[in-house]
Formats: sequence, C-alpha cells, structure tokens
Amino acid sequence: MNSEQDIIRLEKLSKTYLLGEVELRVLKDITLNVRRGEMVALMGASGSGKTTLMNILGCLDQPTSGRYWLDGEEISRLSSNQRAELRSKKIGFVFQSFNLLPKTSALDNVLMPLTYSHRFVSEREAKNIATRLLQKVGLADRMDHYPSQLSGGQQQRVAIARSLVNSPVILFADEPTGNLDSHTSLEVLEMFGHLNRDEGITIVLVTHDANVAKYTQRTIRIRDGEIIDDLPSAQIMAAVGVEGGA
Amino acid sequence: MQYLLLNGKTAVRSLQRNVLRATLTTLGIVIGIAAVIAMMEIGAGSSAAIQSTIANMGSNVLMIMPGTVTLGGVSMGSGSGLNLTTDDATAISRDSASVRYVAPFVRARVQVLYNGNNYVPNQIYGTTPAYLQVEDWDMASGRCFTSAEVRSAAKVCVLGQTTVNQLFGTDSPIGKEVYMRSVPLEVIGVLKVKGANMLGMDQDDILLLPWTTLKYRVIGSTFSENNQSAADEQSTITTDQLYPEAAETDDLYPADSETAAETADFPVITRFDNVNGIMVSAWSASDIDPAIDQITQLLRSRHQLTANDENDFTIRNMTEITDTLAATTNTMTNLLLGVALISLIVGGVGIMNIMLVSVTERTKEIGLRMAVGAAGRDVLLQFLFEAVLLCMLGGALGIGLGMGGSWLISALLHWPTQVSVPAIIAAVVVAVSVGLVFGYYPAWKASKLDPIQALRYE
Repeated sequence: MNSEQDIIRLEKLSKTYLLGEVELRVLKDITLNVRRGEMVALMGASGSGKTTLMNILGCLDQPTSGRYWLDGEEISRLSSNQRAELRSKKIGFVFQSFNLLPKTSALDNVLMPLTYSHRFVSEREAKNIATRLLQKVGLADRMDHYPSQLSGGQQQRVAIARSLVNSPVILFADEPTGNLDSHTSLEVLEMFGHLNRDEGITIVLVTHDANVAKYTQRTIRIRDGEIIDDLPSAQIMAAVGVEGGA
Repeated sequence: MQYLLLNGKTAVRSLQRNVLRATLTTLGIVIGIAAVIAMMEIGAGSSAAIQSTIANMGSNVLMIMPGTVTLGGVSMGSGSGLNLTTDDATAISRDSASVRYVAPFVRARVQVLYNGNNYVPNQIYGTTPAYLQVEDWDMASGRCFTSAEVRSAAKVCVLGQTTVNQLFGTDSPIGKEVYMRSVPLEVIGVLKVKGANMLGMDQDDILLLPWTTLKYRVIGSTFSENNQSAADEQSTITTDQLYPEAAETDDLYPADSETAAETADFPVITRFDNVNGIMVSAWSASDIDPAIDQITQLLRSRHQLTANDENDFTIRNMTEITDTLAATTNTMTNLLLGVALISLIVGGVGIMNIMLVSVTERTKEIGLRMAVGAAGRDVLLQFLFEAVLLCMLGGALGIGLGMGGSWLISALLHWPTQVSVPAIIAAVVVAVSVGLVFGYYPAWKASKLDPIQALRYE
C-alpha cells in the first residue's frame, strides 16, 4: 500500500439518501484505490450508483460515512466552499451534454473556470493558456465560434479544453460520448487516451457502455451500490464479450 | 480587485447574451429615474420662477412703523409714536445698501366726494412716487404724481379701481376733481387692478396722493379749525414747539434738492413731518435680513438711542409669505420624492422578478460554474453584479432621458427648467441601492443551489 501513488483512496464509503421515511443506500461500503496516472472506467447500469460515486469522487457531494483521500488529502468532511476550492484546483469535469455557456465563444468558455481559481493570472497569460489548450484539442481555427456553430464532437473538445484550464490532477468524464456518434466518440476517447498517456493525467470515465470502457486500462463494475469486479479492462471485455481494447 | 473585475466581466457577458431582455428588465428603472430627473429639473425651474413671482408680489417689502406711545398709562396702540420722519426715510434710502426703494406714508380715513357721490376708501395713503415701485404697481391710465408735486403739496390724487367704481361708476375719472374735506383734488391717474391681497383685503380700494398734500392740506386743516385755507402753514408753530432742533436742519424732505431760489420761494422752513410709517423694498428676498439690520442700526443712531434703550420703532416683514413659499417648495419636493420612490420600487420589483427567472433559467449554468470551482459566494456576487449593473445602466439611461425630456419641455413649452445635481447624485445612489436590495434575494437563491441538482436540471 503506497499511499503516495494513490490519487484516490476510499475506505468503506457509503451514501444513504432519505426518501421520506425510506432510507435508500445508494453506495454500500465502497473501498477502492486509483493510482496516479491510471485511466479507469466506472461501469454500471443506470441506477447502479456509479453517478453518485462519481459525484462524491468529484467533490460535488459528501459521503454519509466512510473516508475519502484525494491526492493525499482527507476530504470527506470538507465544507461546500472548501470543496469548491478543491474542485477548482485539482479536478476537471467533462459532461455528457457538454454544458458550454451559450452565446459565448469557445475561447471564453475555456477561460471561464479561471474566474474562480484563486491563482490569478494576467488576462494575456490566461488567453495564452486557453489558446494552447484549444490548439491541443484541434480547434485552433474555431476559437471565436459560439457553441451553436460547432458540431457535437467539437463542443465536447471545447469542454475537454475547459476541464484542463486549471491544470487538474484528475479528470472525471461522465458519459462523455453519450451524445456523440460512434465516429466522434472514437475521436474523443482517443483524446482522453492521449491526455492520459502523454500528460499523465488520471482519468475516471463513467459509462454504461463496454465499448467505451475498453479504451481504459482498468474497469470497475458496480451493481446496486457495490463493486462487483475490479479487473484490467481486457479481462472484463472478454467476460462480457466485447472485442478489442486499448 | 482582479477578482471583482473578473466578476464584473462575467456579469457584462451574461447581460450581453440577452440584450433585449436586459433592456426590458431595466426599463422600469430607466423610466423611474427619467421621471425623477425630469420632474426635479422642471420642479426646480418652476420653483425658482414661483419664487421670483412671489418676490414681485412683495415678499421683499419691509414696513417700518413708529413705536407705541403711552399717555397717562393709556397705550395709544401700535404706530402711535410721532418719531418716524421723512428724514428717516431719506436717510434709509441714502445709507442702506440692501434697500432698493423707500416710500414714507401718511394714513387717513376721510370721506371723498364727487358730484353728489360720497365714499370712504379703505386706504388713503399720502406718500411719494416711490410707493408704486415698492408695491411693484403700475398705472392703468393717466400718471402718478411727481416728486415736484410732493414738494409743492399739489392738489392731485391717484385712484384705485374700486374707488373709481364707487365715485364715478363707468365714467373716466381722469381730469375730474374730487373733494376731501373741501380740498379739491384733481384725479391724474388710475391704478391697475391688483385684486385682493393674501388676507382678502381689496387692494384696489385705495386713494394715493402726495403725503404733503394729505398731511398739510387735508388733515392739517382739521387740526386747527381757525385755518380753513388749505394752504396754511400754521402747523409750523407746533413743529417748532415740539422739535426746536428741527429748525436747524436744512435737509428736510420737502425742500430736498431744490434750488436756492426755490427754497427761498418756498415759505416753509420747518414742518411737523412725522409719518405713519415707511415702506421699504429690499433688492431681493435674501437682502431682507441685511436690510433689517441696516435700518435698525441707522434708525437707532438717528433717534439717539443708547444701548439700553429699546427700539422706538418696529420693522415688519412678510415672513408669512416667505414661510408659505418655503413650505410650498418643501411639499413639492417631498411629493416628487414620494413619486420617485414608488416608481423605483416598482422598477426594483421588475428587476427582482426577471433576476429570479434568470436564475431558474440558468440553473444548469450555475451548476456548471459550481462544478468547475465557483463557491456560493462567487455565484452570489455574479448575480448581484448583474442586478446592480442593470440598475446602473438603467439609471444612466434614465438620467440622460430625463435631462433630454426636460430640455425638450423647456424648448417646446418654454417651461423654466434647472439642472439639479443633487437629483442626479440621488438617482445614481438609488439605482445602485435598488440593484443591491432587489438583486440580493435572487442572487442568494442562486448561491444556495446544489451543484448536482443544478447540473441535472433541464
């Protein structure tokens, strides 16, 4: 157990929702480690608890019980403001529905998270960072376009650039290809792979689709709030009968 | 600082994303502020115009009355003293810088006869031509008597319209002769109709004549029954007895500025020239207080009063009028402020309404901003900035519109307007406050959103 290498460490993490009188245990004693630089798929059917787990991992939500270390810091009991600061510093999000600001240029969309990061950079420097990121995702010629003028794949690439602007240590992608066709899905997944291999960014992909999961190195399958298996992706693919892999 | 700047930029961008709605939202503030500015400018202009009009009505007139005399324990009432003279009047007009016109007057209550009609005018004033200037009064026809006629105690008079109606009916009185105590007076002019004064007294019920004529010809004749001649100078004796020192003074009012020859021709050296009062007009309403001080000092030294003596005269001013003026202006200002407040509250409610809609509509955006690291405080500030910015833009637009409107009104309707700087400052302050007050609740609501719920919101 080398905690230095673990970017995520969960210990008996549980989440319980109260629906009126009924207690709903969405996550049941999850214990899990993710190593720095890994690319992991969090796989499960809808209602399995994978999104709840991602929300807690992404510091958007708090666990009911259990402990959570992110990048060596215990964060299961932080206030909402402290969590906001942590999200700004260490975490990037990519969503299924892109969530770009409408009537705002790609460049300004990428710049937006900088407003809330408390490391102040000059306007020029900020623009340089954003431009570099947009070049990296292959949208150097689309910087002044509004989201409505971009295709789905391009929008998702803007969102990826946005998630990287604060140089996060970990990236959470919630069904990032859910709204894309298979061709652009492939492009986006390859981009994630590239970011993971070349930039060393830890990536957690949340998906219900084994075809997406196969691009990762390791797949954690969840059902009814419990981890049912945690294996290298290739083995899982063999088990569920999906061909190929990263 | 940079943080605030970034927030400001975010707010501007958010507004830019929906320019039409931002404009419509702030319309309430624009109209409210424009109305306030226009009303204040027109109000200030009207108020200044009313003030000058009221000043013309005589709010800057002072009345100097002699003190009260008590004989054998019986007070003879206000103005019964005999110590105010035409010399005092001359001295006031010469030495008091704040005083514009001075008119001494003598009062009487005498029957006036014309051709079988008789009438007692309410006011019979023996005075000087300056009386019309003090009262800001013009002639309707004919002319007023001259200073020369005052000096020679000419048998002329000027009538108010009511007196004319009583004595002459519809005939023209000019050139006719009326009788007062069997002294024939030629009517040389008729005063313009002035109407009732503030107390409801008919101001046209008046007869004016030179004070010398009234004092020495009309009244003087009745004091000494042995002298029926109107031109007698018998009262000279009384003067000498009462004021022996007066004989030495050589700048007596009636003889003032006459040539040596005329002075020699004029048989009167000293007269008993006390008057019932002196009317004085100050240059402006703000000159009233200095005028009172100057006149008090002058008369005290002329009447040789020591520091312990009380004034042997009283000075009355039209405080009632000036107080009414101040009250009117205050009422008007308060009324405008009330209207302004209501319109701005309505505008503020509009802002709050649209900001609430905006927060609901942008729930997903708020969720996203929170996901990428915005704390509740950041979201609160962003929406508060938007509301304040909207109100400030609306305020600026409103100020421009209001000033333009009042300019248009003054150009087209020739109403007097006056730029009101306090109103502009107040408008800006109020606009920002409205933004803060009515923008806070929506902003607070936005900052309390749960990022997970907000992101899931469709």
